[in-house]
Amino acid sequence: MPRSIKCTLAFAVFLFLAASARAQLTIDIVGGAGTTIPISIVPFNSDNGGQAAISSIVAADLARSGLFKMIDAGGISPPPQRATEVRVADWRARGADAVVVGSVRPQADGRADVRFDLVDAVKQQTIASQSYLIGASQSRATAHKIADVIYEKLTGDRGVFSTRIAYVTKQGPRFQLVVADADGADPQTIVSSNEPILSPKWSPEGMRLAYVSFEQKKPVVYVQNLGTGKRAAIANFRGSNSSPAWSPDGRQLAVTLTRDGNSQIFVMSAEGGDVRRVMSSPGIDTEACYTPDGKSLLFTSDRGGSPQIYRIGIDNGAVERVTFDGSYNVSPRALPDGKGIVYVRRDGGRFQVAIMDYATRQTQVLTQGPDDESPSIAPNGKMILYANEASGRGTLAAVSSDGRVKQRLSASAIDVREPAWGPLPQ
Amino acid sequence: MNKLMFAAIAVAFLGACSTAPQVNAPVDDKSVGATTGSTGGANTSGGAGTGVSGSNVAGGNPLRDPNNVLSKRSVYFDFDSFVVRDEFKPLIEAHARYLAGNRSAHTTIQGNTDERGSREYNIALGQRRADAAKRLMTLQGAQESQIETVSFGKEKPRNPGNDEAAYAENRRDDIVYQGE
Repeated sequence: MPRSIKCTLAFAVFLFLAASARAQLTIDIVGGAGTTIPISIVPFNSDNGGQAAISSIVAADLARSGLFKMIDAGGISPPPQRATEVRVADWRARGADAVVVGSVRPQADGRADVRFDLVDAVKQQTIASQSYLIGASQSRATAHKIADVIYEKLTGDRGVFSTRIAYVTKQGPRFQLVVADADGADPQTIVSSNEPILSPKWSPEGMRLAYVSFEQKKPVVYVQNLGTGKRAAIANFRGSNSSPAWSPDGRQLAVTLTRDGNSQIFVMSAEGGDVRRVMSSPGIDTEACYTPDGKSLLFTSDRGGSPQIYRIGIDNGAVERVTFDGSYNVSPRALPDGKGIVYVRRDGGRFQVAIMDYATRQTQVLTQGPDDESPSIAPNGKMILYANEASGRGTLAAVSSDGRVKQRLSASAIDVREPAWGPLPQ
Repeated sequence: MNKLMFAAIAVAFLGACSTAPQVNAPVDDKSVGATTGSTGGANTSGGAGTGVSGSNVAGGNPLRDPNNVLSKRSVYFDFDSFVVRDEFKPLIEAHARYLAGNRSAHTTIQGNTDERGSREYNIALGQRRADAAKRLMTLQGAQESQIETVSFGKEKPRNPGNDEAAYAENRRDDIVYQGE
């Protein structure tokens, strides 16, 4: 009898894991860049069919960015495997400006030797070459690294294909905080609850997530270590505890607490304790976000009558207002280059994601609305993940910081919200 | 047969485990499971149903007497407003008197908003609604220490619709007594 109970339990857990694997996000391009780089990815040769997936993952990464146009690599026999075998004229005739060739060679110890060359077909030069000795489980990660190298060589910006994202799903009464690769692969549920979970934020080194959970029947801020799975209620004071934000060095958290009355911003140790109030205001202050230099906090406040975005110097307490247009500007996120912010504005009842450049004070509205919220900027500053609604269900979308490339991230029949883009791998 | 099946399922289970690295561990987090188990499905209005405390005091509890104003627990707000409407003042006064007369009683006021706008900003707005009710209660004799105010923002809508009727139902404070 105990055996059959065990058996049932094991089977139930298996079903649960299978179900969470089905919740994988699929990412579709729904709008492309104005100009794209024509590139051809020649399928990497392999004695082992399984490893051939590396070149298709590289191609999928680059295609998803919306910055590349994939040029057919078929019909050239034998397909080139290294730069010296690339006859540039063949590829120029197809319109490719760049060609990627490579190989995957299984080693006696079970690992594989993966090599690739990136050839600039216009300048007729090899502009990147790398080799990797990888274990069987590292194919996807290696493909993302290769895509990062190609992306950076051809666009001048860091690739973010090796990053991870977090998001919250809601299925019936069940909330789950999920961590997945940036392409949606390998989703892992890190916490689940019958009460809401919101505001996940990655620590700068990518090993910890701060988030707000209602499991104690009120908002409490938790920090969870992704390596050990251990977590702690880091801010659980009388009243509401919410809106965590990491300092760039990963040692401090800004949080919104109501323990002294109003919703006010405090800074505390990311290990807990050492709680210090940043300022006192008669209204609401919340949604803190550190600037990349760690010296200031952006935040939302209604001190002027309507919710607007402000900035305060942490050491000198000097406050300046950042947004002026409109009567509802919230959810500030600092661009990683420190030159502006992404935020949510309301215009005629529509909530839209916008980007502002400090120097010019120019605001560009990036999304259509009507329910866009919770923006999160990729660590290279080039894409913004956000949440919206489609056919009555929460879903995720992404837009490039110039507004041109648009992606839709969907999981069938599941409500998805609260995206957070993780840092570059260290 | 039985053994074979067990083996097959165990293999499937182990396989699933080996593909799921350590980050999966907190799925089994006891604290989460336990907490959500006890509060499971809590539709946090002070609704009936949690039989335990009710049956202990068998009818003598004014908080549970449907003819007593203390059994009414929800205060509704206008759009973008934190002002307690006159029609709800008798309800808040009754709870204030109850708290003043029962110093060991503790209550939580849970503020809520409609679904429009930033999740975190809505938590702050819901907090302000809860604080408005608390202020009235303390003016009428309740002790500050008897009342905790928290906010659910737009995260726990009583009415999941997205029309004005649903919004009006969700712009709300709920008064919940400790132990309920």
